[in-house]
Amino acid sequence: MNFKLLAKTMAVLILFCVFSTSTFAGQVEVLHWWTSGGEAKSVAILKGLLEKEGHSWKDMAVAGGAGENAMTVLKTRAMAGNPPTAAQVKGPAIQEWAREGLLANLDPVAKKENWDKLVPSVVTDIMKYQGHYVAVPVNVHKINWMWCNPSVFIKAKAKIPTTWAEFETAAKKIKAAGFIPVAFGGQAWQEATVFESVVIGQAGAAFYKKALVDTEPGALNSPQMIKALKTFKMIKKYTDKNAPGRDWNMATSMVIKGEAAMQFMGDWAKGEFTAAGKNPGTDYVAIPAPESAGTYLFNIDSFIMFKQKDKSAQQAQNAMARLILGKKFQEVFNVNKGSIPVRSGIAKASFDDIALRSMDEFAAAAANGTLMPSMAHGMAVYPAVQGAIYDVVTEFYNSDMTAKEAAAKFVTTIAAAK
Amino acid sequence: MTFQTSENLKTKISYMSDRLLPKLVVAPTFVSTIVFVYSFILWTAWISFTKSRLLPRYKLEGLIQYIKLFTNDRWWVASKNLFVFGSLFIIICIITGLLLAIFLDQKIRIEGALRTIFLYPMALSFIVTGTVWKWILNPSIGIAKLMHDMGFLSFHFDWLVNSDMAIYTVVIAGVWQSSGFVMALFLAGLRGIDDSIIKAAQIDGASLPRIYLKIIIPSLRPVFFSALMILCHIAIKSFDLIVALTGGGPGYSSDVPATFMYSFAFTRGRLGLGAASSMVMFGAVLAILIPYLYSELRSRDNE
Repeated sequence: MNFKLLAKTMAVLILFCVFSTSTFAGQVEVLHWWTSGGEAKSVAILKGLLEKEGHSWKDMAVAGGAGENAMTVLKTRAMAGNPPTAAQVKGPAIQEWAREGLLANLDPVAKKENWDKLVPSVVTDIMKYQGHYVAVPVNVHKINWMWCNPSVFIKAKAKIPTTWAEFETAAKKIKAAGFIPVAFGGQAWQEATVFESVVIGQAGAAFYKKALVDTEPGALNSPQMIKALKTFKMIKKYTDKNAPGRDWNMATSMVIKGEAAMQFMGDWAKGEFTAAGKNPGTDYVAIPAPESAGTYLFNIDSFIMFKQKDKSAQQAQNAMARLILGKKFQEVFNVNKGSIPVRSGIAKASFDDIALRSMDEFAAAAANGTLMPSMAHGMAVYPAVQGAIYDVVTEFYNSDMTAKEAAAKFVTTIAAAK
Repeated sequence: MTFQTSENLKTKISYMSDRLLPKLVVAPTFVSTIVFVYSFILWTAWISFTKSRLLPRYKLEGLIQYIKLFTNDRWWVASKNLFVFGSLFIIICIITGLLLAIFLDQKIRIEGALRTIFLYPMALSFIVTGTVWKWILNPSIGIAKLMHDMGFLSFHFDWLVNSDMAIYTVVIAGVWQSSGFVMALFLAGLRGIDDSIIKAAQIDGASLPRIYLKIIIPSLRPVFFSALMILCHIAIKSFDLIVALTGGGPGYSSDVPATFMYSFAFTRGRLGLGAASSMVMFGAVLAILIPYLYSELRSRDNE
């Protein structure tokens, strides 16, 4: 008797569960690698917003390797025919996933929410495959910043440089005063980050596009490129000997402690200064890398959305896409992460000065056509081509190779990677 | 009648258990090896002939990935590094391992403690070894700083950050980790040698070095064989040590084929090229191992 009752209760419970999931809520399973403090908090906000609308969130955070581990998981899942609802994938890699025919069409949401108006077209182009939205942008990081410790400049009686000629004069003085002029981390991605800041600054946004976005052989092996390579190598003279292998945040802490005068790094370096209790403007100064004022190299995180068979899962997916570009999430997420919103029309009150400056520059650069995707951060070219450029840049920086040889090698190595 | 049947049944059961049980027990391992080792070798071989990028594609395209591989400078740097690292690592490990074993075999005191000390690095993972040696060899915090603090200002050691020397730091860390293990192998071999042979040689008036060179070391031949096999595969597989110690840098100057394969197949979405590089590694291993195994096993048959 008791057993019968139990069985009945169970049956009702199971039925209830089945119905409850299929009728009023869809689930999104999200693969991402935002696991550190501020980032995890930001993801939790998106989760909360989705749950408020009645959808459930299945977290699939894969930490480590700057997303490399997450990508391995994603590939395995996709090959098994069981991809998640959304995954953190950015840049031209979006096109590679779309080409495999796995991504959902987000045009209905995009049209309703007017994404084309809110987001610059340089950015939406990356999110679209054959004219259809397959991904949602989340946030914008600016790459071509230079972080300076003004007290080191004062001690060395040097001026914070805005051109590469000024940079060399200042660096000589700083070195003579016993400081390290440039805090540098000798890892391939950091070398590429500095390199692209030099290229866009010295040779301009139009040349940058031809060389590092469209990878035209004529631009890659050109006098401008050779000049940029020489400038890039010149920086090495003003770094310390222990730079190889150093992590970026260790380099930032050298600037914070006043051992080094400047670092070329994206806006995530701000988090290190903030965590050390430093104030912008007095303790540290962030300005565009020499000669790159007015240009904007961006790194934009985004989520690709996989095709869903289940209707409720599709609804949940669309809701997630809408919420990501919604005002609430854009504001809270970016304040937490230290990046800036990817869409216009966000209240500016809660952002700090550096973020506000970055927002103005983002809008201005988008209007002037100097808003460029970052090569070093996988926004401009396919991972294979990016890897090829990395190889040449790092070999050139770490060996006796001449700038002329490196420029010629760009052409052959990139051709082999395509 | 009944007695006979039950006897029959018993023999049947014992026959079954003698003949079938071992096969049954081995079968799962056998099947999983066939599937997960050999069939995936074939799968990788297939992929290496395709234009697979992010995800595998199965249309055969010929040798294009191999041509790309052999014209890739980074691949040659990686291969050269494996050759340098592999040969130095194996030779130095065997020499230090053998010497340590011979010294420990001189009936010394606290041999047990010493043996444990030398063997202990083997208990660490290569990630730990790599990280610790990265700190020791770092010019600003490691040995170099210690020597400077002690007043030897001319002391200079920057291999870790020097493109030409970085691969040798990997050799240092690898030898530190593995030579104790080789010592244990040789020690076991030395213990297995009959004392009477040595005594006979001593009576004949042979000096101790001569006894070692002419009698003891040649009789350790099977140990050399095992040590070589084990060190060879440690060298070729080495991935974690390089990732932790140098990260393949400066630049890609201390890259090895395993790190090359990983970065192309998984980071850069060039699965085909990664597969081609692993097939070349596989071929290289076979080219070294098969003749050696063949000659060793044949000479043992002759004995």
